[in-house]
Formats: sequence, structure tokens, C-alpha cells
Amino acid sequence: MIRLEDVHKQFAGRAALCGVDLAVRRGELFAYLGPNGAGKTTTVRILTGLCLPDSGRALVDGLDVAREPSRVKALCGVCGQTVNLDQDLTVAENLDVHGRLFGMARELRRLRAAENLERLDLADRAKSLVRELSGGLRRRVMLARALMHAPRVLFLDEPTVGLDPAIRRKLWAAIRSIREAGATILLTTHYIEEAEFLADRVAFLNQGRVAALGTPAELMEAQGHWAVDMLDGTDMRTTCFRERDEAQAFGASGPGSFTLRRVNLEDVFLATTGRKLANGAAA
Amino acid sequence: MMRGWGAVYYREALLLRRRFWKTLGTMCVSPLLYILAFGWAMAPAGQQGGMGQEYLRFLLPGLAAMSSMTQAWAIAGEINIARFYWRIFEEIQAAPVSPGGYVFGEVLAGLTRALLAVVTVLCLGLAFGVRLDFGPVFWLALLLNAFFFASLAVGLAMRIKAHADQALFTSFIITPMAFLGGTFFPVERLPVVARELLLLLPLTHASRAARAAATGAELPLLSLVILAVAGAAAFAFAVKSVASAKD
Repeated sequence: MIRLEDVHKQFAGRAALCGVDLAVRRGELFAYLGPNGAGKTTTVRILTGLCLPDSGRALVDGLDVAREPSRVKALCGVCGQTVNLDQDLTVAENLDVHGRLFGMARELRRLRAAENLERLDLADRAKSLVRELSGGLRRRVMLARALMHAPRVLFLDEPTVGLDPAIRRKLWAAIRSIREAGATILLTTHYIEEAEFLADRVAFLNQGRVAALGTPAELMEAQGHWAVDMLDGTDMRTTCFRERDEAQAFGASGPGSFTLRRVNLEDVFLATTGRKLANGAAA
Repeated sequence: MMRGWGAVYYREALLLRRRFWKTLGTMCVSPLLYILAFGWAMAPAGQQGGMGQEYLRFLLPGLAAMSSMTQAWAIAGEINIARFYWRIFEEIQAAPVSPGGYVFGEVLAGLTRALLAVVTVLCLGLAFGVRLDFGPVFWLALLLNAFFFASLAVGLAMRIKAHADQALFTSFIITPMAFLGGTFFPVERLPVVARELLLLLPLTHASRAARAAATGAELPLLSLVILAVAGAAAFAFAVKSVASAKD
């Protein structure tokens, strides 16, 4: 459904994407993980026709984004990283403008707005001005707006960034329900638990390259099952093991205290790239 | 070619409706000050009792042209706020809206603001007892003028890299044009070189055409043609600018 073929992109001489190849299957929820500045948003901008690749191809449902941008845009919904709602319009007006931008008829706009406001628990906020809403509510309005024209492909670019955990979980539930309704979703995030909870498959993006790709279970399985965190001076060092006993013994043999836990995608990212996902710092 | 213009215009119309009274208030301030300062306080001796009626009859069509220019140009500020501050332009870019459709929708929004400003000026003129003939040619001249400046505003709004740059264009192009473009004095009184230079300004032609139509003088058809050609060129420039505003 979504395909990137050897995509390169530079900004002011700095490489943002260096030969990215990627394929997202129809109906899949695909998480695109990487630290800030890894190239996640650039990928979404290329796939949604907001910027052009320097070389390579981006395809959505078999359509070349560079050659048929209007047809691709009609298929896609975008929920960007920045809240870009009209603050002086109401929630319903924001949705209505979006429907008009996508050429939807009046009755369909009314129907879809009601459906999506209901789905995202916003029905009682339809007449509120966006500027009066909290950050979490604005994020939900962004999602409701992106769903107005029933897109076959949904791009969610860091949809929960800056939200508190309770609101984040509410959005996760909404994203899952959208996926269950049949949409293909490309989710960019740097929250490990978000990818683990939501994604069918995950790609790690590091310095403009795909460093690893697979289901969360496959990627974690390749690292082992158990992780031991030990404090080494001021740094936390993590070592992964297949067996719990082996991990326990390793931890106990160290000079200080340790934490034994299940391997997560953060460990996989660290092992694959040598960098921490949360801030992109070298480990 | 023009796909999505209705949605773009609808959004601007909603915003205008929400801020209607504030916008109307700001539209009144400058014309009122100019009428008071130039038409009344500085009117020739002996005319103050009649509020300098002759000069007000000269001034009012020029003020209408100037207001149509500034309000059409103001659409650039709205676009910049939407683009750099609220990032709403990205929402429009992500929709199947053609560059021509986007420009046409924004230009229509500029024309709406301009017409509102002209009506405001005419109402102020009536309040000061100025009676003129505001026939179809008067409105055509001002519409062409607003079309040119709204198109230019959309095009330049796409070219600038930061909201602050917009103020440069306003300071160096719009404000000088407002004072020199035949609003307050007949350019024919100036030396030939200055006159020829001022005739390069679209506002000079809008003021001349509007004034001629309002006072029953001979219509400067060439001015209307120049405004139409300049408007078409500015529209093409705006479409090209929107199409290239990718990164």
C-alpha cells in the first residue's frame, strides 16, 4: 500500500534520508521509530506530497506521489506532529472545512463529522472554539479531522507527543479502532511503548537509514528475552540474554545493584544502532 | 485547474465572520483619519465650514482605491499567520487543492475584504456629506485593483521565509504607494519624470479610474486595461509561487 524505493532527501546539504526502502502492507499498522531528527517527518512529508524526494520513488496504492499528487492526497489522511487547527473556528467548522477541501458533499460532511466526533468522544465539543480546548482534545480533533474523508491510508506523525499517559492511552484506543476499520496506518513515534502496543510491524530509522525491520516480537526475539540494566559510573548499561537464569547470574556478578526485566524495543534499537531512542544520544 | 477554491474561500469567510466587528473597526480608522486630517483640518481656507467639500470629493475615490489595496494586501498577513504560526497551510497542501484553486480562493477572500473596506469608506464619505456617482466603472476599477493586490499578496506570502519579512514589503511598497499613488493629490501636477514614475504604480491607475467614474470625468480606459493585465500577471505569479512552495 505504501512503498519507498531508494529515497534520498537533503536539506541544506544535510542528508535527511539516505536510500530508504520500505513497504507497508494494506491494512497494516506500521510504526516508524527513530529519535528526533532521524528523518521520520521527512518520510511522511514525502509520502503526502508536501515535499519531493531528491531521488527515488514514493508510492501510495501504486500511485507515484510526485507524478499524481492530487490522487494520492485524496487517498491519504494526515495527522501531523504540530497541531495545525484553525484556533478561531469551532471543532465542527474545522472538520467542515477539511471535508470541503476534499470535495465532500454537504450531507456526507455532516454524517462523517458526527461519526468521527462520536468515535473520538468529542460530540459535546463540536461547537467549542479550538482555542478553548486542552492539548489532548486538540490532538483528538486533529485525528477526527484526518478521518473526515475516510482515507485509505492514514499518516500519524508523532500523534501523542507531549500528552500525558492517560490521554495517550485514549488515543491509542482510537488508533486501534481505526486500524480495525481497515485503514492502513503509518505511525511515526519515538515512544517505544506506543509502537509495542499498536504496531503490526516496526522499522527503526537511524540517521536517515532503515536500521531494522520486523514485527515487535521478531525484533525483540533476536535480542533475547531478558535484559539486565546495570549502572556503570553515570551510564546505564544494558545487556540482553536468552535465559532468565543467565541474566540473573550476570546481574548478581556485577559490583552494584541491577534491574532484571523483559527485553523491549528500546533494547533492540540500542543494539542495532548504538543510540538511545529517547533522545538520539549515542549510548 | 481551480480545484478547492470554494473550501479555501469558505475558510477565510468563516474567519472574517468571526472577527467581523474587529475587522470593520480597523477598516474605519485610517480612512476616517485621512478624511479628518486632509479633507477637513487641512482644507483650503474658507472651506472648513463645508468640510472642504471639493477636496473631499477628490479624496474619497482615492481613499476607496487605497483601502481596497490595503485590505486586499492584508490577506498576505492572514496567509502568513496560517502558514508560519498555525501551520494551517500544510493542511491545505495535504489536500487535493490545486495551486490555482488555492490562489483563487484567497484572492476572493481579499476581494471580499476590499469591497467591505470600500463600502466603509463610502459610508464615511456620506457621513461627511460627500455625494458622488458610484457606478459600475467605479466598482470595476476597485475590483481590478483589489484583484491585483490580493494576487500579489498571495504570491509574495509564498515567497517569504518568515512572517517578519512581510513587514518589509508593506513598508517599502504598500505604504509609499498609498501616499504617492494619486490618493491625496493629482499626479498630473508633478514634474514629468515623477509623473511617469507614479504611472507605473497600479494604485495610480485605480485612483484615476475610480475618480473619473465617480466624478463623471472622461474614463481613462488605458488605466483599466493596465490594471487587468497587471492582475492577470500577478495571479500567474501567485499560482507559480504556490506550486513551488513545497519545502
